[in-house]
Amino acid sequence: MSNATKRKNRAGRRSPLATVALLAIGLLSTGGAYALISGGTAEAQSDINSQQMIDEGEKLFSANCASCHGLNLEGSESGPSLIGVGAASVDFQVGTGRMPLAQQGPQGEEKPEQFTDEQTKALAAYVASLGPGPGLPDARYLDGEGDAANGSELFRINCAMCHNVAGAGGALTEGKYAPAIDATPAHIYEAMVIGPQNMPVFNDANLSPEDKRDIITYLEFNRESPSPGGYVLGSLGPVAEGLFAWFFGLGAIVAITVWLTAKSN
Amino acid sequence: MADDHGARDVVSAGHSARSVAVPVSASTETQASPGLGVVAPDRFENPGIPPHQPRVTDLDPKKEKRAERTVYILFYLSLAGSVFAIGAYFGFPIEENNIASTRMNNLMLGLGMSLALLAIGVAAVHWGKALMPEEEMIDQRHPVTGSPATRARAVEIFDQANKESGFGRRSLLRNSLIGALVAFPLPAIVLFRDLYPGNQEDPVSALSRTMWKEGVRLTRDPSGTPIRASEVTLGSAFHVIPEGLEESEHYLEEKAKAAVLLMRLRPDELNEIEERKTWSYDGIVAYSKICTHVGCPVALYEQITHHLLCPCHQSQFDVTNHCEVIFGPAARPLPQLPIAVDDEGYLIAQSDFTEPVGPSFWERASVNDN
Amino acid sequence: MSTTTEPKRTRASSYTAAASNYIDERTTISAVVKEFGRKIFPDHWSFMLGEVALYSFVVILVTGTFLTFFYDPSMAETHYEGSYVPLKGVEMSVAMASTLDISFDIRGGLLVRQIHHWAALLFIAAMGLHMLRVFFTGTFRKPRELNWVIGFVLFILGMGEGFTGYSLPDDLLSGNGLRIIEGLVMGIPVIGTWISFLLFGGEFPGTAIVGRLYTLHILLLPAVLVALLALHLVFVVVHKHTQFAGPGRTNENVLGVPILPTFAAKAGGFFFIVFGVIVVMATFFAINPIWVYGPYDPSPVSAGTQPDWYIGFADGALRLIPPGLEIEFLNRTWSFNILIPMVALGAIIVLPMIYPFIEHWITRDNREHHIADRPRNAPTRTGIGAAGVTFYGVLWAAASSDLIATHFDLAMEHVIHFLQAAAILGPVVAYLITKRVCLALMKKDREIALHGIESGRIVKLPGGEFIEVHEQLDDYDRWKLVSYNDYAPLMIRPNSRGKITAATRVRAGLSRWFFEDRIAPVTRREVELSHGEHHAAAAIEGEHQSAIGADSNRH
Repeated sequence: MSNATKRKNRAGRRSPLATVALLAIGLLSTGGAYALISGGTAEAQSDINSQQMIDEGEKLFSANCASCHGLNLEGSESGPSLIGVGAASVDFQVGTGRMPLAQQGPQGEEKPEQFTDEQTKALAAYVASLGPGPGLPDARYLDGEGDAANGSELFRINCAMCHNVAGAGGALTEGKYAPAIDATPAHIYEAMVIGPQNMPVFNDANLSPEDKRDIITYLEFNRESPSPGGYVLGSLGPVAEGLFAWFFGLGAIVAITVWLTAKSN
Repeated sequence: MADDHGARDVVSAGHSARSVAVPVSASTETQASPGLGVVAPDRFENPGIPPHQPRVTDLDPKKEKRAERTVYILFYLSLAGSVFAIGAYFGFPIEENNIASTRMNNLMLGLGMSLALLAIGVAAVHWGKALMPEEEMIDQRHPVTGSPATRARAVEIFDQANKESGFGRRSLLRNSLIGALVAFPLPAIVLFRDLYPGNQEDPVSALSRTMWKEGVRLTRDPSGTPIRASEVTLGSAFHVIPEGLEESEHYLEEKAKAAVLLMRLRPDELNEIEERKTWSYDGIVAYSKICTHVGCPVALYEQITHHLLCPCHQSQFDVTNHCEVIFGPAARPLPQLPIAVDDEGYLIAQSDFTEPVGPSFWERASVNDN
Repeated sequence: MSTTTEPKRTRASSYTAAASNYIDERTTISAVVKEFGRKIFPDHWSFMLGEVALYSFVVILVTGTFLTFFYDPSMAETHYEGSYVPLKGVEMSVAMASTLDISFDIRGGLLVRQIHHWAALLFIAAMGLHMLRVFFTGTFRKPRELNWVIGFVLFILGMGEGFTGYSLPDDLLSGNGLRIIEGLVMGIPVIGTWISFLLFGGEFPGTAIVGRLYTLHILLLPAVLVALLALHLVFVVVHKHTQFAGPGRTNENVLGVPILPTFAAKAGGFFFIVFGVIVVMATFFAINPIWVYGPYDPSPVSAGTQPDWYIGFADGALRLIPPGLEIEFLNRTWSFNILIPMVALGAIIVLPMIYPFIEHWITRDNREHHIADRPRNAPTRTGIGAAGVTFYGVLWAAASSDLIATHFDLAMEHVIHFLQAAAILGPVVAYLITKRVCLALMKKDREIALHGIESGRIVKLPGGEFIEVHEQLDDYDRWKLVSYNDYAPLMIRPNSRGKITAATRVRAGLSRWFFEDRIAPVTRREVELSHGEHHAAAAIEGEHQSAIGADSNRH
């Protein structure tokens, strides 16, 4: 946690210019098409790039995913093309149980995952092998040892309007919603990189990997530290507080007034 | 003790209900007009107070003793609660940078105080209910209005005061007094004019401009680093502030007007009108983040539907159609910031917004004309 | 307690006597004790609701004073250096930083803050419930109309106190609340822009608003509130408390327990209970975690940004407006999306406030009323009240349209559309249903008063006919059913100059609306007549009883 306590101020907290420039060059060199599709950087993926994993993934894909996404990832009416979505996208969608879909709806919902971690990684390897895309996040950005203060500020500016300041989730248009954030650090990282469903993409030029690490640090801090004031009532803010004051507070007091004014036997 | 009760103007009701004459005739009702009220001649008469039924604590000395015991045990419990709270204040101190200690302090202190308060309350109420007389007693009401004699005397006093002062007679004195009294608070009202000091910018002009102007770079919120067009990938949403905002004297006020959301769509998804075709750059568009309804930040961008949603009152804007309102109470589209790219590939503003950003105000229509 | 002197004086009692004597010789306190010591208060649970509000207010005053010792209402920028790690070094106003210090670095500070905020929510909720009780039992009638208005002003002041307090921490949530207020104020025609600039001392957010709200919150509003509260209580003493109809309770008396000792013990104990319940809430349940919201910044916002519950109806009114209600006319901007909600809010506040005078104008009933109506016995008033509650409730629900959508798996657009319809149709439906239910209950009461309660015993008459025996009510129970006030619609008659004025016609129309559906209370004669019919059955049961048995002692 020692990093988290370090000072910062709004201007020139660090100089991301160098990183940004490097990234920009990297991105440009990988080709404009790729840059337009996704802003994630291809991480080293030694463990999931083995041919064995890819073959395993291909089998799983044809059995479970191809009916919607096509045998060659080309997509269909019921599912988008997966060419170039990258391993991160597969790991997020399958690893949080969103894919395979239970039914068509306003949005894919989080549910118990259908595949083991191993199978998910194999699927990711197969999809990644057919087109470059954002890879799985590097473990050093997921350790929750970043700057929580920077993370909290970035979270409020980039995330809180949909996911709520406490990460409790919120409503979107036409029945869609931003889910409550209770995912693993890897899934949170992947979501930022790929922008699943209606969520915007936060590529590494927008939020650097260190920024993402800070955001994860802040979320981990929130999850791990107890609420100082007591039970948080779903972190829904004044609506929950108001209902609680009426039904618990005033309800209890009205019950007491009935006792108080009842005739003693 | 119970025998002393009915001594004065209060009449004890209970055990002798039938011997007490309960006045049920409508003595005062007949004086005031009932209006549309209907008073039936053969309506029921008030049957009087039913006989009092004693409590178990009145009948059984053992039960009385037990109630007494409950009450003092509760008072002692309250005492213990207070002592516990004081102990908790010192015993569960707040340690620096330790939220868990704050929680413990809150919890233990609160537990002690809750116990102290609730025990006193329950004990006192129980005492009142079980041991103090609960037999109902009667208080007579009197009409709220003063007695005729009092009212006559009041009128007399006013008359006398009027005569002695000449308030009614000396009309010039009276009218000039009224005039003076009406005028004297006016300076106090004028004094409030400088709640917004008079030497400051005219409100309409202040509301009509932002920090954006030609060549100002679009930078990230909050770091203030400039953004290259190439970094804004498809589906991205950047939260943007103008370059140099950090150095601005009025940081929050300027930010409250200049905050912008930057998004990249496929160019063919944008239905741009002719005069705004040059305001975007390769599918990158910038819109004011300040809702045209009452000013919340409209920042919920859905990258597939291209809808923007305001979380405060659910106004929705369609980015593909120049942020026209498609739902909710907002009346106007979000203002668009014309953008371009400078020599180094960074996004810059072509000019300020072409209309005032944020909520409507009375003089807004006149600004558009200028 | 006892007014008679004890014959045996202990040392302690002589000391008490000496002390009392000392005080009385300097204050005439004995006259106060004589006047008020044995004042009678009627017992009914709903009569305690005003006390809940009063006690919550006392809790607010006590805890608020503590908070002022640590809170600093400055909008100057500072870097937070307190104990809450995720905000360390973050730039924020001194107001926000000092509130965080109260929460994290002052022992008991968080508890007091939470007590203060929970008590505030409860204060206004209790006032609201108290007002509903007064409205539905018609105890705003003469002589209490002015006290109703005072109470209403107290309610508005309470909301003002709440809103100003909510804004003081200068956190993200309350900052966005202020932004909405600014947007609202600017939408007011002609003066809106200037009012906003005067309020904020310039452009939003400026550096003045928190300090100004603080002065309102701890000085001006509480002073007015305390003064009006005192006046409110003086009137309660002057008028004496109302009571529900019951045997022995008349319009000229009040039945209950005396202040000393019983009422004082109960009410005094009740203060500690209310305080205790609030502390329990503050101990176990977090409220307004400003560290999660972070400092105010015009750029971020949180999903689920709502005001505290008592401002919810205003926020809901804003949300229900359909798009596009703004025009440019005469080179000025007319924001009907702001003005329509403002008018609706004005109506919610003004109409109930003047309702006692409207009802009086219709009935012209100049009698004093000290018996609380049962809501069913004033069907039109109860229906109007239900309509008002429904309208308020719909606006209130609209303020949480997004949460309703996410928690019930609905689309927010559908929620809003439903509530838009409900805001218009709901009150009408609520009025009709409530009025009919009241009338049905009155019919049932009348039936019971006339024929008694079905006893469940079936008796065969000599003619072979079977009937169920009805058990007659005793006088005490019947009195509750037959003692209510009855009104008949106004007959239009020409005045002394032989004319029928427009006002008379309006009054007649309104009185028809109020009293056309009318169920008169049962009279003695009706009971006697109805008893004739049942006489035969009763005789067979061998349980003859007199029709108006003042001496009935079956029970």
